[in-house]
Amino acid sequence: MFPRPIEKSSPAWAATYQALVPMALILWLLPLIAVAVFSIKPDVDFTTGNYWGWPSAFKGFENYGKVFFASDMPRYLLNSVLITVPTVIGAVALSCMTGFALGVYKFRGNLLLFFMFVAGNFVPFQILMVPVRDLTLDMGLYNTKLGLVLFHVAFQTGFCTLFMRNFIRALPFELIEAARVEGVAEWRIFWFVVLPLMKPAIAALSVLIFTFIWNDYFWAVVLTQGAESQPVTAGITSFNAQYRAAYHLMSAGSIVAALPPVAMFFLMQRHFIAGLTLGAVK
Amino acid sequence: MADITTSLNEAPPGWIRRNRQTLAPVLFLLPGVLFFLFYVIFPILQSFNLSFYRWDGLGEPVYVGMENYAELLDDRAFEVSMWNNAKWLLLYLLAIPAGLGIALFLNQNVVGIRLYKSLFFFPFVISQVVVGLVFSWFYDPTFGFLNQILGFFGLGTLNVLGDPTLVTYGIIVAGLWPQTAYCMILYLTGLNAVDPEQVEAARLDGAKGFKMLWYVIIPQLRPATFIAFVVTIIGALRSFDLISIMTNGGPFGSSRVLSFYMFEKALSEYGFRMGYGAAIAVVLFLIMLLFIAYFLWSMYQEEKGGR
Repeated sequence: MFPRPIEKSSPAWAATYQALVPMALILWLLPLIAVAVFSIKPDVDFTTGNYWGWPSAFKGFENYGKVFFASDMPRYLLNSVLITVPTVIGAVALSCMTGFALGVYKFRGNLLLFFMFVAGNFVPFQILMVPVRDLTLDMGLYNTKLGLVLFHVAFQTGFCTLFMRNFIRALPFELIEAARVEGVAEWRIFWFVVLPLMKPAIAALSVLIFTFIWNDYFWAVVLTQGAESQPVTAGITSFNAQYRAAYHLMSAGSIVAALPPVAMFFLMQRHFIAGLTLGAVK
Repeated sequence: MADITTSLNEAPPGWIRRNRQTLAPVLFLLPGVLFFLFYVIFPILQSFNLSFYRWDGLGEPVYVGMENYAELLDDRAFEVSMWNNAKWLLLYLLAIPAGLGIALFLNQNVVGIRLYKSLFFFPFVISQVVVGLVFSWFYDPTFGFLNQILGFFGLGTLNVLGDPTLVTYGIIVAGLWPQTAYCMILYLTGLNAVDPEQVEAARLDGAKGFKMLWYVIIPQLRPATFIAFVVTIIGALRSFDLISIMTNGGPFGSSRVLSFYMFEKALSEYGFRMGYGAAIAVVLFLIMLLFIAYFLWSMYQEEKGGR
């Protein structure tokens, strides 16, 4: 293990380390802590200049109540859910199939197709922006959740295919060959042999894609406008315009907007990290 | 799923059986590939094509040849964006050593370290929109925390986001926060897989501290470093959210990067110049392509060794 394990060094250094870690953490998360404190402050604190001090009163319920009951925030949150969840399902389903095809079968152009997905996934959004916006307008899907979902599914399929294909490659190939010898149909091999083994990959991808799509801002701005279909990342900017200089409400709104991926991360931490770090070790 | 199974069942069984190995991958790939071609690959080609036209998004596009590209050469705002992109690319890479540093700091087995590790990872999970908002408050010239600190030491005030020379660096710092967290998690996983026997052997040979890190640990972290490099480069070139939230390209357009400038030209109150925007996007794409080619080449080298 590197660095040298702390328990093998002097007790004084071990104690210092134990104290140092939480201090470093507080410093690291200071911006977030500040927003959390902002969000429970009464508005007088901001007019009297008490920005960074202790809240003069606890107004958490009032502030969050306003966010939930007196703004478009619930609307935006619902939109985000309705965009994110179908995207996750669509992209994961498509990439289970493409990943299976590219990971299991040998055919000409296999690697080429795989590299197409990988390269497409790295492309800057701006090169797609005008044509995709046009396409969405032409299909009558501009400013709809469906328009966003369809694009997200297609784009995320690139990353998901990369992920799934590499995961399937690492599975024991003998399983598939054994099934083939038994004369099992290919789709049955996919459904009954490979898919059950892919559960960890599906879980990891689902949380990752959930976070990516929930936090997407660019496409939300390009393909939607207005509260009826905008997700929360785009909604928070209009929310902030509405409550300009009402820092306590902006903070509460930001925390509400940021919370779902955070919750997802904590609930599915193992899968999330497994997904992000795929390939970081050999 | 359903239509694949039915089509397999309805076609004549003999033919299916004979061509199973070719048919199956085609059917499995078809939906994904079609979707991807439709929404990703074709639009790239369309953007290339559009960059030779003048188009406001509504009327008929007018073919203008290389005119858009010629205009880019004299466009001061384009030049500023290019320079800022260079700054982003270079400074964003600091996330890699910073992430490694935090990972080394946290790679211990003390009580509660798992929770600490996930809390350190936090900034990556929250949306860049929120990160941008938080940092613009941090930099605020009247009440921002930065100026409170500067004031405490009697250093006067600094309007980071209002100063054309500082603004890009200010935004990059905000971007480094989540990016460092990402690199940290990559390295934590990598450190977990470092071969303990090699470390012990090196220790017996008297290696320690920085020497050990440089000659024994970092070579073993190569896969993690590669991924950290890939995601950081992509992240740097994709930077858009933070700029849009924190400064909207200002002051006086001094914090624009290509991705933001393209958006501004094609889709904002500054006019709908789709063709010109496409030309900017093509330049950005070509820059990215250099890196993509390198990534693919590295992956190809790996693949050749595999099954």
